[in-house]
Amino acid sequence: MADLPPPVQGPTAKEKKYDRQLRLWGTTGQAALENSHILLINSGPGVVGLETLKNLVLPGIGNFTIQDSAVVSEADLGVNFFLEEEHLGGFRAERTCALLKELNPDVQGNFITEPIEPFLNKPNALDPYTLVIVAAPIQPALLMKLSAHADASLIPIFYVHSVGFYSHFSIHLPPTFPIVDTHPDPETISDLRLLKPWKELLDFATEKTNGLDTMDHEDHGHVPYIALLLHFLEEWKKGHDGQVPQNYKEKTAFRDIVSKAARTNNAEGGEENFDEAVAAVLKSLNPPEPAGSVRDIFKTKECLALSAESASFWVIAHAIRLFYTKYGVLPLPGSVPDMKARSADYIQLQNVYKSKARKDLAEVVESVRFLERSLKRSTPIEEKDVEAFCKNAAHIKLVRGRPFHVVQASESLKWGDRAKSIAQTLAFPDSLIPLYIAFLAWDEYVATHAKDALGGVPKVPGETDVETDTEKVTGVAIKFLNDLVKEAAAHIEEDELYIIKAQTGEFAQELVRAGGAELHNISALTGGLVSQEVIKVITEQYVPVDNTCIFDGVKSRSAVIRV
Amino acid sequence: MAEVASSSVLNVLEGPRAKWKYLDNILGREGPFTDPEWEPGQPVFEGLERAKVLVIGAGGLGCEILKNLALSGFKDIHVIDMDTIDISNLNRQFLFRHADVGKYKAEVAAKFVEKRVKGVKITPYCGRIQDKDDEYYMQFAMIVCGLDSIEARRWINATLVGLVDEENPDSMKPLIDGGTEGFKGQARVIFPTMTSCIECQLDMHAPRAAVPLCTLATIPRQPQHCIEWAHIIAWEEERKDITLDTDDPEHITWLYQKALKRAEEFSIPGVTYSMTQGVVKNIIPAIASTNAIVAASCCNEAFKIATNANPFLGFPETENYMMYTGDESIYTYTFEHQKKPDCPVCNPNALARPLHVDGNSTLQDFLDGLAERPESQLKKPAIRTEAKSLYYQFPPSLEEQTRPNLSKKLNELVESGEEVAITDPAFPLQFKYKLIFK
Repeated sequence: MADLPPPVQGPTAKEKKYDRQLRLWGTTGQAALENSHILLINSGPGVVGLETLKNLVLPGIGNFTIQDSAVVSEADLGVNFFLEEEHLGGFRAERTCALLKELNPDVQGNFITEPIEPFLNKPNALDPYTLVIVAAPIQPALLMKLSAHADASLIPIFYVHSVGFYSHFSIHLPPTFPIVDTHPDPETISDLRLLKPWKELLDFATEKTNGLDTMDHEDHGHVPYIALLLHFLEEWKKGHDGQVPQNYKEKTAFRDIVSKAARTNNAEGGEENFDEAVAAVLKSLNPPEPAGSVRDIFKTKECLALSAESASFWVIAHAIRLFYTKYGVLPLPGSVPDMKARSADYIQLQNVYKSKARKDLAEVVESVRFLERSLKRSTPIEEKDVEAFCKNAAHIKLVRGRPFHVVQASESLKWGDRAKSIAQTLAFPDSLIPLYIAFLAWDEYVATHAKDALGGVPKVPGETDVETDTEKVTGVAIKFLNDLVKEAAAHIEEDELYIIKAQTGEFAQELVRAGGAELHNISALTGGLVSQEVIKVITEQYVPVDNTCIFDGVKSRSAVIRV
Repeated sequence: MAEVASSSVLNVLEGPRAKWKYLDNILGREGPFTDPEWEPGQPVFEGLERAKVLVIGAGGLGCEILKNLALSGFKDIHVIDMDTIDISNLNRQFLFRHADVGKYKAEVAAKFVEKRVKGVKITPYCGRIQDKDDEYYMQFAMIVCGLDSIEARRWINATLVGLVDEENPDSMKPLIDGGTEGFKGQARVIFPTMTSCIECQLDMHAPRAAVPLCTLATIPRQPQHCIEWAHIIAWEEERKDITLDTDDPEHITWLYQKALKRAEEFSIPGVTYSMTQGVVKNIIPAIASTNAIVAASCCNEAFKIATNANPFLGFPETENYMMYTGDESIYTYTFEHQKKPDCPVCNPNALARPLHVDGNSTLQDFLDGLAERPESQLKKPAIRTEAKSLYYQFPPSLEEQTRPNLSKKLNELVESGEEVAITDPAFPLQFKYKLIFK
């Protein structure tokens, strides 16, 4: 009884409830969600926004607010899951808020039934919210106002369409949106530095491969493959003027050498550690050069010109840039993949990598502290943030947020620096840019057709006269398309352009067919996509869409484009 | 066209279909991609209401699927699930509340959606899909699956392939299948015997390679190795008489303590309670958003198949599979997964697959390997040649009689080039391999 282990604190009720998601974004991601307050500006049949909120209430955002002045109608009951018959005639914001709150008692829900225009005209109306989701249709002047708020206050805005079988959303993020915790594919994160080994790693390899040829089978079959590769690299260098294998041909020749060194006269008829070494040659014998996107971050003005107010991301990035300039490599992440080895040897190898990683980290921390002193920053950056950055330095991402298109009644559409590259992809088979353009034409219709003189609920195409509206929307879409081609000064063959126009017309026709209807499936799917992106933006983990996503439910395809 | 459209819209603005105003815009109007023969309006509404759909699974995907089908105009839905509600379901299975923990998922889900969406009938069955016979499955127009188990998918797939009778077009039941893992997932449509089936696609879901027992026993290196050791070896040695219940916190705590102690002996860092739970229960991360995406994609296809309101995935020789990845931006890949000519399920005349094996390895090794082979993944295989039974798990007398063969070498049991047939009680199917010695 004496060696009975002490009782452990099992998981808390909250940890149990959120177990399946905490395994993805951890407690820091969860805390970020719990500190958020999301505003939904609802419109149209109002389904896609609520399906989005559902997927945010379930994982436990702190707060949500629904702005919606609509009154519950019979038609709502056939498409909206968060309404019941007895709600007919009541405010949609109030009723949907109540049913959404039932999903998670930890979440606060609020509603605003005031119409959008007076609501937005109030000073500081948007101040409480950390993120805003806007459902189409909306008057362009109001969307402009929201876009301006995103610019001024750096609050992310999501603009969402769900029309029939099609959907779209665009994200307006702050101009610099850096992400450290991008969760790269575990297959891609090993950085073994086999071509840039340091002394302790070489010593390890020498020790473990000492007398390799005379080892008994048991020992020979347990030499970690990293030591084997380093050993054979040293051998190779002796016959190649001190150079490591340079190209594909040399690497395959090197691989053959390793492969031939495996013993086959043992009981197993082969050696797993040698198999691992052979498999790693082409993957691991590459210079540890950071990706272009990471080097680009080092060159940005935010990274180069620090100030006392710079976000801690930039201070750390600057310090890592100094490290990279000095050594030509990023700080070592320090993780080692599992491999055939004896426990003690593997732990020893892990420690070789870990102590190097700790040494690199210490140097970066020192730079950070120096920068903090010279910039006279008041609060020191936490060492764990520097550590997280060093661990994932090869996979950091910078998203440059920018405004999305707001279609105004009598203005032509501008594509700016994106015109060329978007026009170039127009002619790709299966391009969904024509669908995006059809959505913009749909917005143009909304901008030019007020339902009533007071400019209340916007009128959408196809509600009554399908044929006329199809003609109108198609006409505008083709005009937008021509403008894009012109602005990009792109040369597109006549017959190609003809096909693109025909596709744009079909997309416009299918949009108008819906008459502003949401199909529950498409809204549920889009609500899934939007909520996922909201989670990424709030937790600052994973990589969000930059900046527009289109879904085609006829062909079950999606596309992401930067507009 | 416009005339047809506007008149049918006007007919439904008031009256019984007022609720379906939005749906009827789509079902009452032709579109640029609808078949020229397709007639919008009344016949489509009726067809949709008549179509009886079976939903398999009332978990993360199932809750979404039931809601989506009810709000797509389906009226007669059946749902099968054998599980009860656990607290860790509540972060995504939105038809369940805290007070429902412990109740049957299928029952609670059906009741909830029936209450919320008036006019839909949802018939729950709390049990296994294997409890039901061909006659039961014949009544449905299509089957939508939201499962987390490969075994169940293979079983329903083989069953639906077996139902197909060329003389009876109603015997072909489209199978729409969704699956998720974290930020990834897939939705696929199968027309049994006409398109690639779940068995043809088995290698898309290769099992994770198991850690060799000797690593666990003698040279652990990772915290997971220590947990697996506690799970597979230590429990068996020290608590043999107690059946391990991975939902019992005392049991998990015991495994955690054992694993922790072993990890300390080997200086391996990183064993936690949460990791212990994850490894022992084989927990797959799951979130509401991915479930919403995959389930809605499945229901979108079901809706298109039932109404022809637009072309659907799975029409022979067109795309039938949508892969989804959402961790780095959003990426989908929609393609046609090709039928495998040697599929043991959807091609009954398939020839034996040649398989190169080591004649000196034992029958036991060979059978263990079948569990890990991506295209077979059999856990309890029985094997025979044309002439004799090599190994059978059931009945016990036959098991006892054939057990000595397990330790024999393959070359003592079969000739190189000889055909063997392999079955598994979990699936109504048979694998044929031609064993060729290396």
